[in-house]
Amino acid sequence: MSTGELQTLEAQANDSLAAIADETSLEDWRVNYLGRRSRLTEILRGLSALPLEERKQVGAAANRLREALETALAERRDMLRKRDVQTFIQQGRIDVTLPGRPIPMGRLHPVTQTQRDIVACFEKMGFQAVEGPEVEWDYYNFEALRIPEHHPARDMWDTMWIDYHRDGRMPMLLRTHTSPNQVRVMERQQPPIRVVVPGKCYRYEATDATHEWMLTQVEGLAVDEGISMADLKGTLYEFAQQLFGQERRVRFRCDYFPFVEPGADMSIDCFVCNGEGCSTCKGAGWIEIMGAGMVHPEILANVGYDPERYTGFAFGMGVERVAMLRHDIEDIRLFYQNDLRFLEQF
Amino acid sequence: MRIPLKWLSEYVDITLPAGELAHRLTLAGLESLVETSGHNWDKVSVAHVVEVNPHPNADRLRLATVDLGEGERMTVVCGAPNVAAGQKVAFARQGAKLIDGHSGQPMELMPAVIRGVESAGMVCSERELGLSDQHEGILVLSEDAPIGMLLAQYMGDVILETEVTANRGDLLSVLGTAREVAALTNNEVHEPLDTYWEDGTAVSELASVAIVDSDLCFRYCASLIEGIKVGPSPQWLQEKLSASGSRPINNVVDVTNYVMLELGQPLHAFDLNLVGDRKIVVRRAHSDEKLVTLDSVERSLNADMLVIADSSKAMALAGIIGGAPTQVTQKTSSILIESATFNPVNIRRTSSSLGLRTEASIRFEKGLSQELAMVAVKRATKLLLGLTGGRAAKGIIDVYPNKARVHRIMVSRERLQRVLGVDLPPTKVRQTLTALGYGCRWVSSAHYVVRVPYWRTDVSIPDDIAEELGRIIGYDQLPSTSLTGPIPSIQPQPDRELRGMVQDALVAAGLQEVINYSLVDMEKLSKVVDPEELSWRPPVRVANPMSKNQDQLRPTLRVSLLDSLATNRRYGRETMAIFEAGRVYLAQEGDLPHEVEMVAGLVSGRRLDRWGQPHGEPLSFEDTKGYVEHVLARLGLQETYEAAEEYALVPGRTAVVSVASERIGVLGQLHPEVTGAWDIGQEVYLFEISLEALLPHIGGVRLYRPILRFPSVIEDIAVVVSEDTPAGKVKAAIESFPLVRTATLFDIYTGQPIPPGKKSLAYSVSYQADDHTLTDGEVERERNRIIERLRKELSAELRQ
Repeated sequence: MSTGELQTLEAQANDSLAAIADETSLEDWRVNYLGRRSRLTEILRGLSALPLEERKQVGAAANRLREALETALAERRDMLRKRDVQTFIQQGRIDVTLPGRPIPMGRLHPVTQTQRDIVACFEKMGFQAVEGPEVEWDYYNFEALRIPEHHPARDMWDTMWIDYHRDGRMPMLLRTHTSPNQVRVMERQQPPIRVVVPGKCYRYEATDATHEWMLTQVEGLAVDEGISMADLKGTLYEFAQQLFGQERRVRFRCDYFPFVEPGADMSIDCFVCNGEGCSTCKGAGWIEIMGAGMVHPEILANVGYDPERYTGFAFGMGVERVAMLRHDIEDIRLFYQNDLRFLEQF
Repeated sequence: MRIPLKWLSEYVDITLPAGELAHRLTLAGLESLVETSGHNWDKVSVAHVVEVNPHPNADRLRLATVDLGEGERMTVVCGAPNVAAGQKVAFARQGAKLIDGHSGQPMELMPAVIRGVESAGMVCSERELGLSDQHEGILVLSEDAPIGMLLAQYMGDVILETEVTANRGDLLSVLGTAREVAALTNNEVHEPLDTYWEDGTAVSELASVAIVDSDLCFRYCASLIEGIKVGPSPQWLQEKLSASGSRPINNVVDVTNYVMLELGQPLHAFDLNLVGDRKIVVRRAHSDEKLVTLDSVERSLNADMLVIADSSKAMALAGIIGGAPTQVTQKTSSILIESATFNPVNIRRTSSSLGLRTEASIRFEKGLSQELAMVAVKRATKLLLGLTGGRAAKGIIDVYPNKARVHRIMVSRERLQRVLGVDLPPTKVRQTLTALGYGCRWVSSAHYVVRVPYWRTDVSIPDDIAEELGRIIGYDQLPSTSLTGPIPSIQPQPDRELRGMVQDALVAAGLQEVINYSLVDMEKLSKVVDPEELSWRPPVRVANPMSKNQDQLRPTLRVSLLDSLATNRRYGRETMAIFEAGRVYLAQEGDLPHEVEMVAGLVSGRRLDRWGQPHGEPLSFEDTKGYVEHVLARLGLQETYEAAEEYALVPGRTAVVSVASERIGVLGQLHPEVTGAWDIGQEVYLFEISLEALLPHIGGVRLYRPILRFPSVIEDIAVVVSEDTPAGKVKAAIESFPLVRTATLFDIYTGQPIPPGKKSLAYSVSYQADDHTLTDGEVERERNRIIERLRKELSAELRQ
């Protein structure tokens, strides 16, 4: 046993390590030169049999060699890994502009979307959404709202009647507005009341770009002690800003609906021209959004509320109209044609 | 109503530009638009040319100094050769919208420096005003044109187009509109004159009036004029009528129309000599009575209709239209002017049953003041005497069975505040109401007594007064506050919530929502609903549909969805997954229909390929079922599917979906005969879920189950069963064992070496215990029991 053999071993090990290009061969090399049955381990194990001087000399050299080989192994392994990563990076290039794996995209109908947005605005203000029947009694649609038969205000709501006769009259109809629910809600609840009622309505009306015989409305009703026109204004103002943006201005004007007094309608300043006048607002600078007013005291009295104690406001708006304004849709008929080229835009 | 501004200005000074006036009226409740013949003269007014001087830097230009009224003067550059001192001209201020004299295009007048001289206005030519193409010189107005008056007002062709609400019959008149203008602009109303000489015979000797049906006629006034001459009306009257949209006929008819437009009271003139026995009888028509009306139509009357008759025959349909036999003609020499108040409900009923709406009926149906009848008959008589000549009989016939009382309303200051949200000072309240013609007295310390002017039949309660104050002061002037009271307790709306969740789940799964009309066609319905069911429970029908093929309230969403699919196929779209969440309507005897919340969808075409193109495998029953499973899993439900037969669906490709053994819906392939009826030549799959049926099964919140700590053992079991054994049964049998958590089908195989008529089903079975790690022996014993049961119950053999 001599240090010469160690030198030869070192030279051999280094030569063969330099030729190694993969992890498997590297492991083989480790077993061969540093493993339990390697020559070097054998030498180290045999040291005790050597005379003291030689043991010191060979032992130191063998340990040095072991350290050197371990270092060389670690370096080689590191080098190989870096090289592998480099190779992976070079070979693994992909075209990142290729389309992703397609996931079918579903959408809600724009009327559903807008209706939900409107309802959400009011829910934040403590209103709850409830619903009512689309086929109604004349009583709820008209009479209970102070629109008896032969009242000229019936002209405001051309009606589709159900082919059902009783006492020489047709008492059933397709509701022309969501307002019957004002009475329905008050009949089953006591104040305080804050509800919104979304739903489909129907009019006997020829269709054109701004008229449909089926439409969606959202009705609102708040009844409590101390509710005034000022609260109506504040609530609807808040709604308009939430839905149409903080910079929108609103305008209230007097209007007539038999079931409210005072009556009003609300407009927002045109967001196309900012009130200058354009084709969207027909030159007026303002776009009418909804009818509103203070619930008529007779209606409160008829459902058993004390109109001296309670006051309330009501409002109603067309969802399609709001959707048209938000999305700049020029023809209301697009909503129910269900052309996917239209629906998939929202 | 069309209201010429010039006519309006006879009753009230108009101190606002027309556009501003229309705006103020609109805010106060009378929707108004300004109609000019294509031009807008808002900033153009009458001016007087004071002097004309040469332009210092240009030979062909001059400097005109004009007086604009109220001491205002301005000097502008003018190129017109005809401008001269002393003229009255049309002067446009900065911002006026004019026509460019050279290009003919609309332009807005801006201040300019012309050859070194500043010019902030313009003396206009006819072309610049849009009146004609004349641009040779300026428009010179007549000498009496009032300085400062708006040109629109002076030239008299500006029309206020008003939209009168159903409660305000009083605004269907020029005077009524003037009253609004006066209140809004703090001006006085000049009532028209109604005094005249009565130098004829006493009315009582010439004619008599009897109201038989006083429930339908509240008041009947009549004046008589003898010795008249019927002929064309003078120019001024014809022009006013034409401008208001009424056709001039002769002086008598024109005056009745004029007074109707002026005061809002419809009038009628009878040829007195044709009135049998000179006796007016206001009565219900006899059944089968006939009358040829002024429009030359013979009308069959009935006992619900009110007529103006003489001793023997009907002469006019009260409040709606006159009759031909007694109309005023060239030969007429004596007339009776009727000014009456009729029952508005009856007028409306008659006019709608005859399909005849007239200027008179639309006024009467809104409810006219009974006082107005007398005012109007006097006014008409005065005007007629001036135009037709003749002598007015002494006195006016006035049959007035139940005299209307002046309406007074007690209004508390507190109520006004409660409604409007602001405490109005009493001076403001009184001033505003007085301007509208109300009497207003402050009694005690907290109340007003308000006397309603006779023309306001729409005002009866304190809140009406609140509206009057609010609209004249301006809704925009009222405060704006947030609701402050308690927020009401929330009532659960599970049906709404369920619909929302189902919509969201389907959208998340990639379906597009559609919304269709609720009315459908019977013929199409009979293709998708069992005709027996349709005859057993016919759909709810609309008596007056918009079109014949939209008259049935849909009892199913199938027709609507097929329509949507067919529409989009026509646009070239062959792959679709659409759904609708809406109501269907089931008739109920004597009651409102039962409205059932449904959700249904159609799936057709091909799956998307790697490139997002619909070129993958055909969309099938599996895809459709996947959507149903997805929705129900989202809702936390466990459903079962069973082969079934259903009208309009292909047998053998139809499954009924149940939750807790209750049917909640169906899915399957639409029968080719059905799709064929919609011209759809490809496979279409339907799913249909009743949200109403689903609702009782929707639980509350889902409870947590601990994650099992002990490892599971997963094994595959493949069995060979008869081809018609449902895979779902095998799965259910395996999963019925206590140690089995799940059995997931992962392969179906037929063909060699499986014998014909058999199939192999391979399940990945997961075994797990709650409380310990399973031993090999336990799993083996469970497996053997499973195989034993499958063999016994389903004749299954373990696949070797």
